[in-house]
Amino acid sequence: MTSHAHAVHGDMMVPDQTFEPGMRIYNMKLGMWVFLLSEVMFFTSLIGTYIILRFAHPDHFADPGVVLNVTLTAFNTFFLICSSVTMVKAFAAIQKGDQKGLKLWLLATIVIGAAFVGIQAVEYATLAEEGFVPAAAEYHAVGRAAHEAGAAGAAGAEAPIVGGPLYGATFYTMTGFHGAHVSIGVLCLIFVLIRAMRGSYTAADHRGVELIGLYWHFVDLVWIILFTIVYLI
Amino acid sequence: MENWSWLLDQSASTVGPEIDRLYYWILWITGIVFVATEVTLVWFLVKYRHREGRKAEYIHGNTKVEIVWTAVPAVIVLWIALASRSLWAEIKDPAHIPPNSMRVLVTAKQFEWNVTYPGPDEELGTGDDFTVRNRLDIPMGRPTALLLQSEDVIHSFFVPLFRLKQDVVPGMDTHMWFEPTRTGVFPIGCAELCGIGHTRMRGTLTVHAAADYQTWVNEQLPAPPAPPAPPAP
Amino acid sequence: MATTAATSGHHDTDTEHHHKLGFIRTYIFSTDHKMIAKQFLIVSLLFLLLGGLLAGLVRWQLGFPGQPIPFIGGLFSDTTAPGGIVLPEFYNALVTMHATFMIFFAIMPLLVGVWGNFLIPLQIGAPDMAFPRLNTASFWISVPAGFLMLASFFVDGGAAGAGWTAYAPLSANSEYSGVHMGQILWLVSLTILGFSSITGAVNYVTTVINMRAPGMTWFRLPLPVWALFITSWLLLLAIPILTGGLIMLLFDQTIGTGFFNAPTDGEPLLWQHIFWYFGHPEVYILILPAMGLVSEVISNRSRKPIFGYHAMVIAIASIAFLGWVVWGHHMFQSGMNPLLGTTFMISTIVIAVPSAIKTFNWMGTLWRGDIHFDAPMLHALAFVSMFVIGGLSGIFMASAPVDIYIHDTYFIVAHLHYVLFGGSLFGIFAGITFWFPKMFGRMMSPTLGKIHFWLTFVAYNAVFFPMHNLGLKGHMRRIYDPNQYEFLQPLQGLNTFITIAAFVLISSQLIFAVNFFWSMYAGEKAVQNPWKSNTLEWTAAGHPPGHGNFPGGTPRVHRGPYEYSSPKSTDDFLPQIVPPDRVLRPAVPHEPSPLVTGD
Repeated sequence: MTSHAHAVHGDMMVPDQTFEPGMRIYNMKLGMWVFLLSEVMFFTSLIGTYIILRFAHPDHFADPGVVLNVTLTAFNTFFLICSSVTMVKAFAAIQKGDQKGLKLWLLATIVIGAAFVGIQAVEYATLAEEGFVPAAAEYHAVGRAAHEAGAAGAAGAEAPIVGGPLYGATFYTMTGFHGAHVSIGVLCLIFVLIRAMRGSYTAADHRGVELIGLYWHFVDLVWIILFTIVYLI
Repeated sequence: MENWSWLLDQSASTVGPEIDRLYYWILWITGIVFVATEVTLVWFLVKYRHREGRKAEYIHGNTKVEIVWTAVPAVIVLWIALASRSLWAEIKDPAHIPPNSMRVLVTAKQFEWNVTYPGPDEELGTGDDFTVRNRLDIPMGRPTALLLQSEDVIHSFFVPLFRLKQDVVPGMDTHMWFEPTRTGVFPIGCAELCGIGHTRMRGTLTVHAAADYQTWVNEQLPAPPAPPAPPAP
Repeated sequence: MATTAATSGHHDTDTEHHHKLGFIRTYIFSTDHKMIAKQFLIVSLLFLLLGGLLAGLVRWQLGFPGQPIPFIGGLFSDTTAPGGIVLPEFYNALVTMHATFMIFFAIMPLLVGVWGNFLIPLQIGAPDMAFPRLNTASFWISVPAGFLMLASFFVDGGAAGAGWTAYAPLSANSEYSGVHMGQILWLVSLTILGFSSITGAVNYVTTVINMRAPGMTWFRLPLPVWALFITSWLLLLAIPILTGGLIMLLFDQTIGTGFFNAPTDGEPLLWQHIFWYFGHPEVYILILPAMGLVSEVISNRSRKPIFGYHAMVIAIASIAFLGWVVWGHHMFQSGMNPLLGTTFMISTIVIAVPSAIKTFNWMGTLWRGDIHFDAPMLHALAFVSMFVIGGLSGIFMASAPVDIYIHDTYFIVAHLHYVLFGGSLFGIFAGITFWFPKMFGRMMSPTLGKIHFWLTFVAYNAVFFPMHNLGLKGHMRRIYDPNQYEFLQPLQGLNTFITIAAFVLISSQLIFAVNFFWSMYAGEKAVQNPWKSNTLEWTAAGHPPGHGNFPGGTPRVHRGPYEYSSPKSTDDFLPQIVPPDRVLRPAVPHEPSPLVTGD
């Protein structure tokens, strides 16, 4: 995260000086940090559940790549990391007062973020078709290889079920809530972009850009953790 | 007014007196603290009640006193914790189950306790097992080890006079043991809200004299394996 | 959101501007923290009443099992209490919803929503919350949550009946409980309420950190602010854990995932771990703010500095911190690994120490004080004496072997009500009676206040003290009909006694309601600083102060909040706002305050 320490500030990017010194950052930024801490606890409950269930029932889970399409998601992960870079660029642009740069990089972030959600939707649809679903009673994932073999008419239609219902339940809950966070982030970015087009942000006051940036980097960070523990381990 | 008593009814298991002793220790300690605190409080209220012309003393605290009243409770409560520790392990740690225990399976379901006895071969899971509903019958002079299982929701196996309570969790094998100290019939209850019929999920624990127990078991056996008929005289 | 920009220079225009706000912006979608506090107050008092009435129905069934409810018995449907006789499934719903409404919709907002909003900005000298609009949202998010919870009584299958702890799999699968929609509404409602709590907490934390008046250093904060600040951190970090659990349980109940369902290898105990990992901090969310309110009232009404201010702050912080490592003591008998039980037993029992420190410090404050027995003080003293009982009875169940016997019995019910009613609710009454003049500009009737207090105090003890004895006889909690057990039949007399006392207790609250609403319109007009208090809220002009709180600009703070009977002042109080060069003058008059204008 770029520090704004080197940037030129207006009054709005620092706390109200009439008060006793607090955290030395302006209220909304402090509020965002505090809110993100509670988000950490939310994802902790979901990820913690996954880890506990996986340790308790290893047979419900599968090796990387057997059910999940690691390649596609690795690509998607790279995409999301790129969007963090574009977000930084947008913030750097408005720090210098570069309105055009701000709008351009915000747009890039929005496009990449939306693409991430889109690819996740495609991934969900494919997985569901392969029998990898959250509902315990309907779980019948056979793995990608067996599914393709089955679809091609070869032996494999009767392939054994890979993993168990806890896999589907934890996977969709964790990645689904992350996806929801990305989607909300995209909506907020669109809101910020509209305000940017009206010229609401300046080098002196671009709090909205910084706030959405904090949120966006947080969501990226969560994804890197999720990708590691869900897809790679 | 005997129901207002703070005394416990006489226990009927080997761990009962130990739990009760701990309870009475805590009752004495907390009772003394309670009386001392409340009496002091009332005394202060009377002594320092508002009277015209008298001003409160300007005192902010007293480090020495504060250290004392931090240290004393700390020592007392840690003593209680340490005194509780070994008894807790003795009762709940499966490693402490006496090896000569009679093994019985208790299967809880809404809203009954099904008790499966090992039969003459003393082994659970063999053909001579028999199951009785809502009745646990055991002999004097020998510890009993229960394997608790649930078919649906969480129940809690509660024998008040034995000072026994253990939740029964579906999907989990829970072990507990006890040894009676007197014969008689004792109530069993369910202590965990388990649904509409929670209130009527009860049974009885009967402790037979060692000699009578075999008779009871024989009565329960479905069709006693016919012994070779003695030749008629 | 740009409140911080509203520095002292603009206040006059701001105030005038806000006088022109319409009815809706003033009373409904107000962004003024004082109005939002009042909204929380009125709504959560209604929920408190509802929770009390539900408790009355529970007590009716226990005191007079199988007999038709008098007077209102005919109003119930055939699926709840046909002919006024409570059905077992309705009883489970009553027990569950009593706890749910009391904990989430009455006590929590009455402590955090009301006092966090009302006191934080006023006591730290801020013009409003850091995020006034978010504050409005926080209240209005909680309203639909309450409606959903209420609606669950009227859906097919009735309201949730798996206890307020919603232990899975009873709560995860309608096959076991017969409740589907009711449980879903319960889960959704609490999830929504979580958003309200978190938005509130973000606001409180930011406001306390960044918006303290100059000179209001951390150790000059009044104790209610400290307590609310630490509570807000607990909310921030604990509520999302619950939300995660609620969502997974909701998925189990609706789309058939198997997180907590045993047949799919889910882990029922995992729900308990998640719930209590939230739940124990929640217990402190429900008591710490009350401790803060009570500290303020006791110091003020004893006209004496709080004894050991720093120890009080450290004790609150250590209780909050230890609250994260004790959740397992709710699960001693759950089948959890017994070795974990030992660890949790030690961490749990250590909490007795900061609790003891607080109690002794309150008594130290009374010692050599000048004690005034007004209604707020009576409630605060009741808090201290009842918290002693609740704290000491907690030691019984902290000792895991003793807990084997008393767990899930009425001993626990007695304990938790000594903390939640004897503690939190008396703290709330102390707060309401103390700050009522600041909120509504009038005094509550002292006579009615004292009658209400004594009736409540006596009836309360008559209800909950004998519950210890029930528990010691092995009386399980949450059972619909104890007479099913032969060994509990002799306790029926005690149960009936408790029920009659409970009806006295509930009826006594009518006096409070009358006092509250009558005083709001017809009480004696309050003077500027009726309790001769030191803290900033009493120096802000107006009851309640206008928008921006401090018309003369952000006040400057010169000393700690509890300088009562200081030798520096000839009166027995010395407000935080009085500059050092003015403290030696003959008297600090309190009416009309020279401080109103902010000098």
